[in-house]
Amino acid sequence: MAPRPARRRALTAALILLLAASGGAAARPFTDAAGRTVELSERVGRVLAAGPPAAVLLYTLAPDLMAGWVSAPHPEALPFLAPRTRALPAYGRLTGRGGTANVEAVLTAKPDLIVDSGSLGPTYASLADRVQAQTGIPYILLDGSFAKTPEAYRQLGAALGRQSDADALAAEAQSLADTVDRAVATVPEDKRPRVYYARGPRGLETGFAGSINTELVEAAGGRNVAQDGGGRLGNVSPEQVLAWNPDVIVTLDPAFAAGLRADPLWRDVRAVRTGRVYVAPLQPFPWFDAPPGVNRLIGLRWLAARLHPDLFPQPMPEVVRAFYGRFYHVDLDFGQADALVGPTPPGGPPGPAR
Amino acid sequence: MSRVPAAAETIRARSRLRLPAALLTGLALLALTAVALAVGKYPVAPADLAAILGHRLLGLPLRVPATAETVVMQVRLPRVIAALVVGAALSAAGATYQGLFRNPLVSPDILGVSAGAGLGAVLGIYLGLPVAPIQALAFLGGLGAVAAVYGVGLAVRRHDPVLTLVLAGVAVGAVLGAGISLLKVLADPYNQLPAITFWLLGSLSSVTLGDVAATLPMLLLGLVPLVLLRWRMNLMSLGDAEARALGVETRVLRPVLIAGATLITAAAVAMTGVIGWIGLIVPHVARLLVGPDYRRLLPASLVLGAGYLVLVDLIARNLGTVEVPLGILTALVGAPFFLWLLASGRRGFS
Repeated sequence: MAPRPARRRALTAALILLLAASGGAAARPFTDAAGRTVELSERVGRVLAAGPPAAVLLYTLAPDLMAGWVSAPHPEALPFLAPRTRALPAYGRLTGRGGTANVEAVLTAKPDLIVDSGSLGPTYASLADRVQAQTGIPYILLDGSFAKTPEAYRQLGAALGRQSDADALAAEAQSLADTVDRAVATVPEDKRPRVYYARGPRGLETGFAGSINTELVEAAGGRNVAQDGGGRLGNVSPEQVLAWNPDVIVTLDPAFAAGLRADPLWRDVRAVRTGRVYVAPLQPFPWFDAPPGVNRLIGLRWLAARLHPDLFPQPMPEVVRAFYGRFYHVDLDFGQADALVGPTPPGGPPGPAR
Repeated sequence: MSRVPAAAETIRARSRLRLPAALLTGLALLALTAVALAVGKYPVAPADLAAILGHRLLGLPLRVPATAETVVMQVRLPRVIAALVVGAALSAAGATYQGLFRNPLVSPDILGVSAGAGLGAVLGIYLGLPVAPIQALAFLGGLGAVAAVYGVGLAVRRHDPVLTLVLAGVAVGAVLGAGISLLKVLADPYNQLPAITFWLLGSLSSVTLGDVAATLPMLLLGLVPLVLLRWRMNLMSLGDAEARALGVETRVLRPVLIAGATLITAAAVAMTGVIGWIGLIVPHVARLLVGPDYRRLLPASLVLGAGYLVLVDLIARNLGTVEVPLGILTALVGAPFFLWLLASGRRGFS
């Protein structure tokens, strides 16, 4: 059931009254990416992310405003996070069918704003309305598609009153994407490597072209071998992978990658034979997917360099240190950056490499 | 009591083996298997297929691309063998359970096998384990669930033992299902949750020769008592009192049959995920075709189930690029066919 405009208006009015009564700051209207207009308080002090992509976005822009995580950071992620955010509580997902957050716990956290990043479809817009109506906390929805990253930063900046920080990050995101774009634009379509994204315990789950999970493949100058699956996740047969015979395999699972050379189902695939199996680094947020958020920015640069090593001569650890300092608020030493990226493949011995 | 001689009479009348029909079925199954080996997403020429099989079976010299050999020997062959044995085994288990519980709505997961195996597998995926331990957990989960149900059945003595088992199966299944849901909620929604969902829907897509080799002994071990005791199943299906009056020791027979059917189902689900409907519907189709005598019903279920799963898997891997989970197809293809057979008024159920 979608909330009726009248009720929404009444709730908004009630909220304004409440804020006025508590002597809080004046409200200002804010229009989110889904076209919903929400009343925000003048000064936003505590923010909660509704899902993992929003949590990454919020962390990169304003770690000091985070009221909590969606799910507690993995212990291995802790060295790569700003100290202040390491011990923040986890509140669960606030939206979607898999919503796990306890509304009362969310209210106890007293956030001034809930931020979600992802699909802008009517389902998510109405879910945002419902959560907002139920909690009385303003809820804004930002576009989670990779191409809209700079825009999402600018909008979040406007909502948080952090415009200049947001503009800087937006510009960096844009320049990173442009750099990759310009470089790979020189590669003709038929020279671009054919990429298979292996998910699931057996690597037979994949994201079909057009899915949010594989946006990086095309952006990094590759071609997704899984074309006609309607842009979603699905299972394929090993035979299908052999028929595709991809030049490159990308996965998030080091154990899966390590077993490929000995596996009769996989050892004949060109990517395995030529050692072009790449495990996306995972900390503090996975580089390629899971969640498909702004964490993919560094993944884009990484994948582009893996697909076209000759076009990106700058050593990856340098890029990683700069990115982690700017976006993740941590100063990595070279050892950390090296360990994160793993052995560099070009010219090196073939085998699974990050 | 007049039912017993009448039933025996019917059974005797129907038990004359129809050799041509059996022969025909066998040939059809063989042809289907050949087609399943020949068709797939990776193009393998029939001549190459013949050469590969000739090489493997007769030691003839082989001159085909290495990948073609991998496709036939490592992908299709394990898949077809798994479809044959899992289809046969689930159908035999279904037929057994239906007779054992004297209930036409019973399927192999009646005692919580699938829920237990599902929980085991989901736990493995949640913990990020490799495939082999996931399968082992699924297998143990399935056996554990039935052991729990059977334990309840032994502890509760005041009610009809069959009814107790069924109700305990429903309750234990519900608890395990809740466990699965809990892990789904806790799982990472971007990575683990899709993997869990796909696993629970069942697929033969990545069955390896190793899986088949590990599972086959357990399937056979479970099948042997069912096949050997199929005559006694006729008597079991009359009810405990009648069966005992005819000299069948139900207290010994029931656990043996349950153990066999459970072993089969747990091993199958551990290898392929949950493939629903096949164990429910195939025995009914077999019953409509050859009648209720287990001496013929059980072999018929075995053959029909084997052929049916090979066929469904053939569809699943050739329909599109995306593999359609088998559990979906077995229901979509099986249930309408079953309804048609039912409506067309073939033989009765009992």
